[in-house]
Amino acid sequence: MTIRSIVLAATCAVFALTAAAFAQDATEKGLEKYRQMLKADPWSNPGLLDVDRGEALWKSPGGPNKVSLETCDLGMGPGKVDGAFAQLPRYFADADRVMDVETRIIWCMEKIQGFKHADLIKNPHPAGGKPVGDRGAIATYVASKSDGMKFNAPDANPKEKEAIALGEALFWRRSSTHDFACASCHAASGTRIRLQDLPELADPKEARMVVGQWPAYRVSNAHVMTMQHRLLDCYWQMRMPRLEIGSDVSVDLIAYLVHNAKGGEISAPGLKR
Amino acid sequence: MRMKALIVAVAALSAAPALAQDKPSSARLDAMIKAAFPGAPADWQSRFVGDETMKECSDAHNTPAKATDEAIEKRERAKIKYPADGKLMGDWKAGEKLAQSGYGFRFTDYPPKQANGGNCYACHQLTKAEVSYGTVGPSLLGYGKQRKFAEADVKAVYEKIYDSNAVLACSVMPRFGANGVLTIDEIKDLVALLMSPDSPVNK
Repeated sequence: MTIRSIVLAATCAVFALTAAAFAQDATEKGLEKYRQMLKADPWSNPGLLDVDRGEALWKSPGGPNKVSLETCDLGMGPGKVDGAFAQLPRYFADADRVMDVETRIIWCMEKIQGFKHADLIKNPHPAGGKPVGDRGAIATYVASKSDGMKFNAPDANPKEKEAIALGEALFWRRSSTHDFACASCHAASGTRIRLQDLPELADPKEARMVVGQWPAYRVSNAHVMTMQHRLLDCYWQMRMPRLEIGSDVSVDLIAYLVHNAKGGEISAPGLKR
Repeated sequence: MRMKALIVAVAALSAAPALAQDKPSSARLDAMIKAAFPGAPADWQSRFVGDETMKECSDAHNTPAKATDEAIEKRERAKIKYPADGKLMGDWKAGEKLAQSGYGFRFTDYPPKQANGGNCYACHQLTKAEVSYGTVGPSLLGYGKQRKFAEADVKAVYEKIYDSNAVLACSVMPRFGANGVLTIDEIKDLVALLMSPDSPVNK
């Protein structure tokens, strides 16, 4: 160990102790500064690479049928992408169920492009450091086309009402070996796990601030993480098995979160720690 | 109790249900959960359907009526098992390791490569040395010292860790002993971390 490394280590230790109370603030301020810099230079979020890739995937012929997704109806008519994300999840009569953006893209990739459903839902999320998959990139593109708009998912249809109510019940549902529910971490304001702040997602005020940041480029994972992936991550922590993408549980939880976030601004792709 | 009554009152006042909608049946939710986690190992099936306490807490959004509240605490208290030799304190150093570790029961933790952790720091401040602590639970810094290392408090904290819901119905803290996350010996180590005069918690 060199003198310099000892001094460095000692300095770090002193810093860690004296700055203990401010560590959280400093981290959060640093991240906020990073976000501000990204806003000043809107082209610097690495997630934008996936927006571009998603756009190319949307417009290019693909799948066994060698056709693009440009006839895919995201709820506002075939091929209409602008503003579609701001009105998802919603009920789709052709599928007779409520769908979030990713579940709808899977549906279109299956019905229009001819992919097999089983292939589309197998290992759907990237490992750390690996880029988000095609479906995730397309979802990131679609979300970016509602950037700056406000969440306004329809809720008049009985199936939409039902999905939101089921999502709320699931949010409070305790499971598995640790009794955890989404509510264990996300039903109180101003708390954190280790140094990570926890939004109170049952409260519309806080939901409006954070839900619109997904899909987000997650710096610690070095890839874009979609909302379906984020939910799987929560269930992992809750000691549950792998949540199936597009399952009613995942869709209804998203319907509930987006309902709480109604009126909140979409800022996608976001940037997370 | 007063705190809880206040929470109930506030919840009642602000309880504007998302939308007018019948409360989903538990059978419906059970079926949804089962379908959403296909391919789970057979011995994981019990994780899908919670026990009576979990169901009551979920249904009441963690603020059950007084009678249910008391029934939960009584039921959970009956689950607490004590060490055969009656000694409730183990080794605080082993306890500190358990407090740091969040290992165990996640789908990436199979086959198990180490003992389960208690992950206390995720939610609690415990020592001055560890600055990365959560605030979901109260700070436990100086826990034993504040209680003058009293015998009664040693027993109380053993019970709290073994089954948090025996002390506070619908606590968000896991029932470490009752749910088989930690062994009796591991819980003793955590009790020592909180209640031993030598522990960094009390320095």
